[in-house]
Amino acid sequence: MRTLAKEAPALLVLGALAAAPWLGFGESWALTLLARAMILAMAAVSLSFLVGGAGLVSLGHAAMLGFGAYAVVILDDAQIVEAWVVLPVAITAAAGFALVTGAVAIRTSGVHFIMITLAFGQMAYFTATSLSGYGGDDGYTLYARTELGGSRILSDRLSFHFICLGALTLTWLVCRMLLASRFGRVLRAVRGNPLRAQALGFSPYPYRLLAYVIAGGLAGAAGFLFANATEFVAPAYIAWQRSGELLFMVILGGIGGLHGALLGAFGFVLLEEVLSHQWEHWRIAFGVLLILAVLYLPGGLAGLPAQLARRRGGG
Amino acid sequence: MAEPVLALRGLRKRFGGLAVTEDVSLDVAPGEIHAVIGPNGAGKTTLINQISGVLAPDAGRILFLGRDITRLKLHRRARLGLARSFQITSIIPDFTALENAALAAQAGEGTSFRFFRPAGKEAGLNRAAMVALEQVGLARRANTPAGAMSHGEKRQLELAIALATQPRLLLLDEPLAGAGPEETERLIGILSLLRRRYAILLVEHDMQAVFALADRISVLVYGRLIATGTPAVIRQNAEVRAAYLGEDDIPLAAAPC
Amino acid sequence: MSLTLLLVQGLNGLQLGILLFLIAAGLTLVFGVMDFINLAHGVQYMLGAYLAAYFAAQTGSFWWALALALPAALLVGLVLEVLVFRHLYDRDHLAQVLATFGVILILNDGVKWLFGAAPLQVPMPADLTGGIPIMDGLLYPHYRLAIIGGGLATAGLLWWLVERTRIGMLIRAGATNAPMVAALGIDIRRLFMVVFGFGAMLAGFAGVMAAPILSVEPGMGDNLLILAFVVIVIGGIGSVRGAFLAALLVGLVETLGRSLMPDLLRLLLDASQARQVGAALASMLVYIAMAAILAFRPAGLFPVRAG
Repeated sequence: MRTLAKEAPALLVLGALAAAPWLGFGESWALTLLARAMILAMAAVSLSFLVGGAGLVSLGHAAMLGFGAYAVVILDDAQIVEAWVVLPVAITAAAGFALVTGAVAIRTSGVHFIMITLAFGQMAYFTATSLSGYGGDDGYTLYARTELGGSRILSDRLSFHFICLGALTLTWLVCRMLLASRFGRVLRAVRGNPLRAQALGFSPYPYRLLAYVIAGGLAGAAGFLFANATEFVAPAYIAWQRSGELLFMVILGGIGGLHGALLGAFGFVLLEEVLSHQWEHWRIAFGVLLILAVLYLPGGLAGLPAQLARRRGGG
Repeated sequence: MAEPVLALRGLRKRFGGLAVTEDVSLDVAPGEIHAVIGPNGAGKTTLINQISGVLAPDAGRILFLGRDITRLKLHRRARLGLARSFQITSIIPDFTALENAALAAQAGEGTSFRFFRPAGKEAGLNRAAMVALEQVGLARRANTPAGAMSHGEKRQLELAIALATQPRLLLLDEPLAGAGPEETERLIGILSLLRRRYAILLVEHDMQAVFALADRISVLVYGRLIATGTPAVIRQNAEVRAAYLGEDDIPLAAAPC
Repeated sequence: MSLTLLLVQGLNGLQLGILLFLIAAGLTLVFGVMDFINLAHGVQYMLGAYLAAYFAAQTGSFWWALALALPAALLVGLVLEVLVFRHLYDRDHLAQVLATFGVILILNDGVKWLFGAAPLQVPMPADLTGGIPIMDGLLYPHYRLAIIGGGLATAGLLWWLVERTRIGMLIRAGATNAPMVAALGIDIRRLFMVVFGFGAMLAGFAGVMAAPILSVEPGMGDNLLILAFVVIVIGGIGSVRGAFLAALLVGLVETLGRSLMPDLLRLLLDASQARQVGAALASMLVYIAMAAILAFRPAGLFPVRAG
């Protein structure tokens, strides 16, 4: 039962999402917002797997999302809209990019790793802006959403809601399974004490690279959904600021567990939604909140109850 | 004598102009505790670092189970069965004691590119980990996070990690470092239980412990081996006495066994 | 592609490299001494440009604007250090990345709030509006040459400071082994404040110089920040010399790549394809160069840190 208690926050969020259409979130704007939150949560969970699990702080994760989204764009332009083709291509493209850039980036660590992932992410961004055949800087509007076995199921808002929920749940389960496996145990060991792990016979490189590729593929799947949710893809979606926002979601929720990324993504989207309606320059407030969160919420939202309990107990 | 588990042949290492390992040759026989002692700065840790693969020697060869491992990387040596404990406690703090040992067992057995089964539920690994924890007297503390353990317990866990890899050779770098008198006694007890079951290369400052535990002792001074022999022979060696002149820590009387 | 155009592009690349160096110098020292990753360094550059625009509008003179913007940039840097950065030295890189990212959000939208989203123009100093002829009918602007000259002079000054003065010696020692310097009884926090303030001023200086030739707008520092990261990674973290050489390399590769790549590809592809593929390749060139260098030298060209 301990596992169940530990996973309660994540199960609660997923359960609430399943019920959301009947809890007053059935309108189109609400479903759009929830879809955005779920897709970002997918990317955030995969990033949390990297950061919290493998100790790899990537500042280029939005590029993986971008590879997935641009795969949809490029295939759409070639009039290929079948999900059984588009989705595998999106995942493979993102994972492939992760493999090529990871092969260089994983050789380094710490600050170097952060900067190199940032640089490679920006490389993807500039490449996207130079794709004038696909709208360049201005972005590309899809002709239609992807079809599944010829049916337009992704175009139906309610179906799309549950497809996103299913994908998010699957992402969470996969990352959870990986972290608990032998593979994940080695990753966590390398993060906790790399020299010890090596002295035990584990070379960190292949484990970390594989984790990077898996997280990239998962983010690519999120990018596939993202393109379908907005029916529009622009380089701005994969700029490095988006990578920073993904990291913010992860740390806002807390890197102690994957459910932190779920909480963080929803907290982020909610905050963005509320603030941006209040004030044109809402990012100022957003920045202040980010700094305050980093300085005063080291355990993130998920660690808040424990933090409060400690304070009450201590004072 | 049976073929040695570990054989060093003419090992040399310099840092800048300073010779820290100078023509060192020694053997560790199966089931033997071979201790390396020497005054501070004699190059003991540098020697261990070369054997485990943290540092590359400038010249000489390292043979492990008859195989030349001089050029192998750290993790490859570990895979062959060379387990090391660190002078500074090196555990994974956010793992429990059991998971630390289970990770070590995982290293000694099969591939770790397994993705589906929860590693924490693998009975084989947990059993091997528990055996290792029992050998060092930590079975009761199996579910304690390693970071929350006392210093002495961490030293014990360090040993358990080494044992759980099913090693052919244990490299123990000052296993008693920083331990209080009671902890030291307990650790010596644990080490003497391991004798005959493992080949052990022991680097240790505590002379009481070394003379109580070792089958053979090699004395390292300024990177050079000046003597190798049984504790009784080393105790009588004039050169060794000269090297330790003014230091009282070489027990002149036979150590109580 | 004529030789003249190559010369012009080469000079432009040199100029970009100089600006990059001014930004990267502070960044690499802050990294080197405190192991502190500061994403907000790019907005210091943007602030320099905005301060120049503001003071130029107030005083009507570029030179007054320069003289006032530099201490103002220093002041803003020190205020940020006290309010935010000093609380992050003991935190991990993840916390540093996020908090300094927050600073970017605040300042990028802050200047938009104060000055509007439209780009501002800063007039060139009147005495530098002309150009020197490098070929018939082609003038290279004096002002761009002045940027190159001013930047090189600053680089020289920096070299002197770091290599020849006591504080420079401490900074170098700090970059090699920070705990050692602290153990010597030097107040490493004060040292860092000096390094930080100085780095902020250098980035601000780059912003002031760039203001008349680029449009001054929110977010203008973000792209340069990432190029500055590439520079630091290539040059080796903590190495001013490495940053200088890498900045010139990146500036040249970036500028020449963009102008030469489409022409080179036209040998293989038709014109429109060459333009598109060339643009894509040119934008990747710097990063490919970085990857290639790191593949052989993971710590950069001039690694500093001991061990």
